[in-house]
Amino acid sequence: MAKITLDNLAHSYLPNPAGEEDFALKELNHDWEDGAAYALLGASGCGKSTLLNIISGLLQPSQGRVLFDGLDVTHAPTAERNIAQVFQFPVVYDTMTVRDNLAFPLRNRGRDETYVAERVQEIARMIGMEDVLAKKARGLTADAKQKISLGRGMVRKDVNALLFDEPLTVIDPHMKWELRTQLKKLHHDFGHTMIYVTHDQTEALTFADKVVVMFDGRVVQIGTPQELFARPDHTFVGYFIGSPGMNVIPAQIEGNTAVIHGAQIDLGKGYKPLEGKQEIGIRPEFARLSSEAGLPVQVRRVEDVGRHKIIRAELFGQTINIMAGEDDHVSADMNHVTFDAEHINVYANDWRVIPEGVAS
Amino acid sequence: MNKTVNQKAWFLVLPVLLLVAFSAVIPLMTVVNYSVQDTFGQNEFFWSGLIWFEEMLASDRMWDALGRQLMFSGIILAIQVPLGIFVALNMPKSGVWSSVCLVLMSLPLLIPWNVVGTIWQVFGRTDIGLLGYTLDALGINYNYTQDRLAAWVTLIVMDVWHWTSLVALLAFAGLKSIPDAYYQAAKIDQASRWKVFRYIELPKMSGVLTIAILLRFMDSFKIYTEPFVVTGGGPGNATTLLSIDLVKMALGQFDLGPAAAFSIMYFLVILLVSWVFYTVMTNLDKEES
Repeated sequence: MAKITLDNLAHSYLPNPAGEEDFALKELNHDWEDGAAYALLGASGCGKSTLLNIISGLLQPSQGRVLFDGLDVTHAPTAERNIAQVFQFPVVYDTMTVRDNLAFPLRNRGRDETYVAERVQEIARMIGMEDVLAKKARGLTADAKQKISLGRGMVRKDVNALLFDEPLTVIDPHMKWELRTQLKKLHHDFGHTMIYVTHDQTEALTFADKVVVMFDGRVVQIGTPQELFARPDHTFVGYFIGSPGMNVIPAQIEGNTAVIHGAQIDLGKGYKPLEGKQEIGIRPEFARLSSEAGLPVQVRRVEDVGRHKIIRAELFGQTINIMAGEDDHVSADMNHVTFDAEHINVYANDWRVIPEGVAS
Repeated sequence: MNKTVNQKAWFLVLPVLLLVAFSAVIPLMTVVNYSVQDTFGQNEFFWSGLIWFEEMLASDRMWDALGRQLMFSGIILAIQVPLGIFVALNMPKSGVWSSVCLVLMSLPLLIPWNVVGTIWQVFGRTDIGLLGYTLDALGINYNYTQDRLAAWVTLIVMDVWHWTSLVALLAFAGLKSIPDAYYQAAKIDQASRWKVFRYIELPKMSGVLTIAILLRFMDSFKIYTEPFVVTGGGPGNATTLLSIDLVKMALGQFDLGPAAAFSIMYFLVILLVSWVFYTVMTNLDKEES
């Protein structure tokens, strides 16, 4: 187990990157703390897998360093880094039995057979595959194969980190929960540093202590699920996390009010004069439909998703989402929306602005 | 739901029936016809039962040719399959050079059989052929028209040159279908190069390799043109493979009856060996899963 430090790291798949847009992974400094569970969250193609492959050594970064416990391993081969990685699609050695599959990483490192047998048995119990140990891996279902992949990743006790590259993509929904719970338990029991790449916010938020959100090759926010929900640092985070995501509404920020098409909204906090694109972000959870107060909206659609209702409405030509409780009545005369001032965030050029008189 | 019965639909299969009849069934049946009859000329035939089959089975000539044929197929398979895999493993996986390799490799496959034979016939000649002349100049006694070993080596090298590409291309296709993640996982698992081959590449290639071996077996077992052009079956009977012998018998000696019986047995042997091979390979697959 180790602390993993990324120092000035960046990567481009082009041999001679001209500008920032050529970089798949833009410059990044970050410490992955020893023993923590991280989720790397972002849309497809945002550089998550690139980052993961650099950490595991499958890819050499264009610039910067990777340090394990202060030791520079940027150019060390994968084997020396002692990393375990589980891929999106299950990788099993078809012609081997499940037992041999699980034993493979240990045998390749020359561990003695009694230790291997003991360890394999332990892992098999953990992933619930003791009864199929003697079977060939070929005929198993996709989720059984992925469990083997997970097992192979965990069979070595001394790994520096466990990396998961969207490992549950091919798994059935009900198995996803089970496997994720098992992973979480493993993390709890053994305390490996884990980095879990996903584009599924539920997966990220339930698995990780800390979520790293990436957008367009850049890390835009690192925080606990609560922080990401309440105070998204970037409009992308607000939009990407939450279901539906945060409403981002163009506005003029004037001290402690926001002006939207001439209508004023109290922000509850004061802001310095801002430059560039100004927006306010409000989560649907903190918007309320009402019949008299607030900004005028036109309700387009009401979706009842069981525990609550999602109202799709139009505010000065822009679509916004509003959440209402299961029992809240939505009637035709409710054509105004109010925002909970406490939960309004202000963005300038997509980045959150910290109000005056607040530490961070 | 009631099934619609329309017997006229049979007419729709008629073209296929006709095509297969003229391209396969009727020619084959004429051979069968010859194999159970005898003639004394004048296009008159007499029923002779299984006498030709008995005669052929009792003749050393056919057994010798069969032995040579099995040896030939065995040797070329033993060379071409490992060599083809080796070539495929070392080919560039992508980029311009990959395409260049593919084109170069396909070239021998595009050359007509008798041209291949002619190329090697000339190539191996000690008076004007580059290979034969060079070997001769180096003091190696190489003459495929007189020396049995030289004749065999020439035929085998020629076939390897002609057909290894096929195995290599098929193996390459198998290799290309392996997702990167397998290699990455193998790296993470610290697998050696040999283990990557043994546990990832070979299993993933096994399907195409079965096809490659089957094709190469059938083709090499039927080989005629190249050895006919290069050695004509000689020296002596050293390279008289089954088909060469068959043609000698049918067209050289005009022994239609025995030749027809020979053909049928020849055909059955290929069918039998291919069937056994295919069944064994697919059963192995099943057992493993």
